Amino acid sequence: MNPKKDLVGIEKLTAPEICQYLDLADNFLEVLARPIPIVPALRGKTILTLFFEASTRTQISFSIAAKRLSADIVNFSQTASSVKKGETLLDTARNIEAMKVDGVVIRHSAPGSALFLGQRLEAFVVNAGDGAHEHPTQALLDFMTMRQHFKSFDKLRVLIIGDITHSRVARSNIFGLRTLGARVAICAPPTLIPLEIDRLGVEVFYDLDGIIGEYDVVMALRIQLERQQAGLFPSVREYRACYGLTAERLRRMKPRSIIMHPGPTNRGVEIDPEVADSTRSVILEQVKNGVALRMAVLFIHAGGKIE
Amino acid sequence: MSSILIKGARVIDPRSKLDAARDMLIRQGKIARIEKSITAPKARVVRAKDQVVVPGLIDLHCHLRDPGRPDEETIATGSEAAVAGGFTSICCMPNTDPAIDNESIVNYIYKEAARVGLCNVLPVGAITKARAGKEITEFAELQHAGVKAFSDDGDTVADSSVLRHALEYSKAFDVPIFEHALDKELARDGLMNEGLVATRLGLKGSPAIAEELIVARDLLLAGFTGARLHVCHVSTRGAVELIRRAKREGVRVTCETCPHYFYFNDEVLESLDVNFKVNPPIRSEVDRQAIIEGLKDGTIDCIATDHAPHCRAEKELEFANAPYGMIGLETAVSLAVMELINRQKMSWLDVMRKLTVNPAGIIRIPAGCISVGAAADITIIAPDEKWKVSEEQIRSRSKNTPHLNKELVGRVTNVILNGRVKYSLKDGQ
Repeated sequence: MNPKKDLVGIEKLTAPEICQYLDLADNFLEVLARPIPIVPALRGKTILTLFFEASTRTQISFSIAAKRLSADIVNFSQTASSVKKGETLLDTARNIEAMKVDGVVIRHSAPGSALFLGQRLEAFVVNAGDGAHEHPTQALLDFMTMRQHFKSFDKLRVLIIGDITHSRVARSNIFGLRTLGARVAICAPPTLIPLEIDRLGVEVFYDLDGIIGEYDVVMALRIQLERQQAGLFPSVREYRACYGLTAERLRRMKPRSIIMHPGPTNRGVEIDPEVADSTRSVILEQVKNGVALRMAVLFIHAGGKIE
Repeated sequence: MSSILIKGARVIDPRSKLDAARDMLIRQGKIARIEKSITAPKARVVRAKDQVVVPGLIDLHCHLRDPGRPDEETIATGSEAAVAGGFTSICCMPNTDPAIDNESIVNYIYKEAARVGLCNVLPVGAITKARAGKEITEFAELQHAGVKAFSDDGDTVADSSVLRHALEYSKAFDVPIFEHALDKELARDGLMNEGLVATRLGLKGSPAIAEELIVARDLLLAGFTGARLHVCHVSTRGAVELIRRAKREGVRVTCETCPHYFYFNDEVLESLDVNFKVNPPIRSEVDRQAIIEGLKDGTIDCIATDHAPHCRAEKELEFANAPYGMIGLETAVSLAVMELINRQKMSWLDVMRKLTVNPAGIIRIPAGCISVGAAADITIIAPDEKWKVSEEQIRSRSKNTPHLNKELVGRVTNVILNGRVKYSLKDGQ
């Protein structure tokens, strides 16, 4: 399978394309378990991570993934607001082009920024989150984690709880899970559900307690506290009461179901500490899988060779 | 001034409902004769076989950025774009820098337009001083200086009390209030139409209700005050329905839509081409169909361009940070021909009405018709001619159009203003 130059989103990927990433990531998990977890697959390649939005774990995850593949990695971060005033993304793109890097991992607050960059660079571009649009590597590592716990996506029931409107993780998960054949539901206050989302083939619920017992995967999203200030929900207390993953709700979940969260968690808001740290929680597995998955993404798009 | 004889054209005059093959003789700036066959040996002959002759087109809504942003457009470049698009009269919106809110700016625009001498440039005055939405401008002085309508376009008059007083006050001058109708808070930071496509792209939506809420308020205020309201750039089904009902109830309301609202639906935003980012946004297919229906049944009186030039640097930004607006003077006729006449099978008379006699009536200017004795403002269109939009060809100083490098059908070939040829495609442009 010949991959596209860039990974800008999950929406346009086919099921075999998604599985190609997951299969390779499973192989890289074995590499990561070795005493010296490094392969020379991308030796001589230079990868730039370009983060215009605060992030630590995603950027670190990409950096470690690149190092495990023996690539040279250059990290850059700057908040988008200072970029807006001076250098445009287009200028940035031209400068990168002139410096001849092989790949760029970009996070930016503007939806479409990865596509924008990808269309203008010869280097491959991986989207590490473009506004509320997509976060494909997060979704892929989520699929990888789900696949480790459940044999197949067919008839797998996934519930995503939280701020769907502003969540790139939700979008990428919805697109991919629908492609893979899972059944997806979302549950949130109606103010955090975007118009016509049902037309993407998801079921929409407002009452978490009525449905929480029916899902194999329950994914909580991080709730940004500025949404409360914007009037989208009245208080953190009420949000937790209605949509928080509490120990009580954990008890009513399906046997063998798992709890996921893209991180970082607001402990005591969308997820209680005893739930996040429970045996049903796979949050740290997600982080671990993240490195392997990002190795797979970089490997495939950089045209790496297995020796 | 030499005479001009237009031979063999299909002459269309929406006011008199003339649609027939005619020759037309123009002498001393006026239409001298309209007959089946005219011979005038001394006249300059414009052969217009298979072409359509219509009254010089009138655009109620464009942005010329003058004074303020000569890097984006000037009265000179805007006038060139206007005649290349078939317009002989254009209304320029007051969101300039400084705003058109006093006599001196109006005088400047008339003086500069006269110096350029390509088309009539008719300023729209600001409703409120500095377009700040607080105190109304001096309507009497501005109208005396030549303002044809009042608008805070770019912004809605958010304060209902200010709008009420503006509408009331306007009655003394029989002048329309052009309202940019969008609820500021509901539309805040909206990058495209709120709906399925925005949901998929993760772009913040500007909902149809933001437009409809203000249209409803404005219609109620227009009915209450008895003043003349003109709703700018109508884009949603709900707004069309509200206006249709208000008209039936006798409210003195007119409205316009723009080519991009009947030509595109919001699926085009998938490209994230910043040239599709306009305000109000390009709506859903359901809305587009309702706009076409409103054009057909007469609810929508005019087609205006909302020509909004932006410099290249601004339109090279990421979608979220780029400004709203596309240029439209030079493509409006083609889009009307392609969508409304060719696809929707509307008649030339009905489509041209919305570009001539209807806008003329709204701003009360003696233009927009073809009759013996009238000023010879004439536009000639080759309805089947295909042409490709190119940057070199665009006369506007800004090139922000999604039609760039696209092939369009229907092209303006000649424009005559007061009996003088201001644009001729054949003469090497």
